[in-house]
Amino acid sequence: MTEYVVRRLIHSVFIVWGCATLVFFLLRMVPGDPVVRMLGPEYTPEAAEALRRKLGLDEPIYVQYARWFGNVLTGDLGASVASGETVTGAIKSGLPKTLSITLVAFVFATVIALPTGIIAALRRNSWLDYGASFIAFFWVSMPSFWFGIVLILLFSVKLQWLPAIGYVELSKEGFWPWLQRLILPGLAVGAGYAAILMRFVRAGLLEVLGSDYIRTARAKGLHERSVILRHALRNALIPVVTVAGIQLALLLSGAVVTETVFSIRGLGRILVGAIFDRDYPMVQGIILLIAIIFVLANLIVDIIYTMLDPRIHYG
Amino acid sequence: MASVGGKKVSGEATSLPHGSGGDAATATLPPVSGHTSQLAALLAEPRRPSEDRFWRRVRRERKILIGIIFLAVLVLLTIFGPLIAPHDPDNDDFELLQSPSWSHPLGTDSFGRDLLSRMIVGTRVSFTVGLLSAVIALAVGGTLGLLAGYYGGRVDSLIMRFIDLLWAFPVIILAVAIVAVFGAGFLNVIVAIAVAYFDDFARIIRAKVLSLREEDFTTAARALGATDARVMARHLLPNMVAPIVVQLTFAVGLGILSESTLTFLGLGVNPSTPTWGLALNEGRDFIRQAWWISVFPGLAIALTVLGFNLFGDGLRDALDVRSVGDAA
Repeated sequence: MTEYVVRRLIHSVFIVWGCATLVFFLLRMVPGDPVVRMLGPEYTPEAAEALRRKLGLDEPIYVQYARWFGNVLTGDLGASVASGETVTGAIKSGLPKTLSITLVAFVFATVIALPTGIIAALRRNSWLDYGASFIAFFWVSMPSFWFGIVLILLFSVKLQWLPAIGYVELSKEGFWPWLQRLILPGLAVGAGYAAILMRFVRAGLLEVLGSDYIRTARAKGLHERSVILRHALRNALIPVVTVAGIQLALLLSGAVVTETVFSIRGLGRILVGAIFDRDYPMVQGIILLIAIIFVLANLIVDIIYTMLDPRIHYG
Repeated sequence: MASVGGKKVSGEATSLPHGSGGDAATATLPPVSGHTSQLAALLAEPRRPSEDRFWRRVRRERKILIGIIFLAVLVLLTIFGPLIAPHDPDNDDFELLQSPSWSHPLGTDSFGRDLLSRMIVGTRVSFTVGLLSAVIALAVGGTLGLLAGYYGGRVDSLIMRFIDLLWAFPVIILAVAIVAVFGAGFLNVIVAIAVAYFDDFARIIRAKVLSLREEDFTTAARALGATDARVMARHLLPNMVAPIVVQLTFAVGLGILSESTLTFLGLGVNPSTPTWGLALNEGRDFIRQAWWISVFPGLAIALTVLGFNLFGDGLRDALDVRSVGDAA
């Protein structure tokens, strides 16, 4: 177990190193002179020279690489070419927003998916099951940002129950104002995830319900509720945990895209804005950060998975 | 299990788990009659029983039928779209932001163009981008997976390290990054989406090759002196058609979803081309005045992707391809 964790950890470090390298070379792959593209209409030879020196682009590529990498290790991702704001600063302001959306989406999805999946499995082939199945298929097929727009139309414009846009900080404004503005983005992002979880809960439970130990549990006279909750569900949820983890990327990228709809300046808005400004240091920093978060999330899920199921041994 | 998600999920999302978990339940307790009836079927129809079973399953899968209807409409709109559209999609002479009516069933947009016509014409772009990106992803990812699985050893670890690396980026982020570097536009968007998804194909095909490589027919072919290329083309590929087709179906749907996302973010194909994602992008500023501009294009995207997902899922059940659900 410890050996497995250590090995996974080392592997993750290599992946992160590879991501950083890939992201570094991304900027160097920009066709033409990146400095010219960054400056755009403000291009003068002097300005280009100055920017080039500022970004260290006048040095040999291996020197640039070594320095960028050293800086990344110390948490220095450079500064925005457009605003002068440090990339780390932008991340500090954007990351909590993106993670808040992701968290709320995760909670919503779980709350929706668990009971629905269980009921669908217990009432297999009923109208309830078919209905849940169809909604799941639809949710997984629709763009999350579009669902966000529909939710705004319904709950903000029509019913006026919830604010349509914006974000307030949890520490400043308190829990309810914070959550209030995250309900719609959370639902928009969480719906696709809920659909996948629901299908896995249903499939997992159906598989477990056919097993011998469930028959034994029933045979010894346990209440059906106890059979489902104590015996079946615990085992059915093991694969669900893996899927939940793997699909975290779905939540994260959903949050990144859906921020635009709700005018929340999280990582996604910053990233897209930086792309339009040709602010390459910012683009590099944010993409690298997202990759690191994703690798870490996968690592944690793998470790939880081995702890949950004592039958699993990674050789 | 990577797939359903793999990272992909963003899209991969689409690879829903094997639809009928029920299959698993029945699999543990096969009814005796099932065995006998299968036996009877085998005795009665000695000719190619597996093929007959496949078509029977296809006919039984309602998901496939619904999917085919959706996709047929899509193909028709793609081919004949400009002929069917009631108005010129670029004609902006109509009154701005008209709500749906008989003359404009889906209303008009903020430039005074007929939304229905723009959406019909936009089908072509969405479908083409989805299809081409999926085919490119298959070609590149498939080749890498084939080489990695067949040769193993160093080739395998080199290719798979690279695939692992791509896997560390959520799909849409990778596509956004590629568009950020090379710029927006039709071709770049297709390539970006293809790159973001090809690791799925590489993983699935590699896994399949690893198992097929040990089969007797592969050994026999090699013993008879077949070259590596011939073994791969004539003996391995034909045995992988089922998982490839299933994954390809999902990939087209995901590609359409990704294209609309990129376009929505302003990173998509040429802004003068009418597309669903673009209409959504433009409609966002008019949510309060004109809900139809945002609602209908998104619905078109959702139903299109739904068609591909239903078709793919039904096909997976009919072909009994477990690996795609698990590995994609």
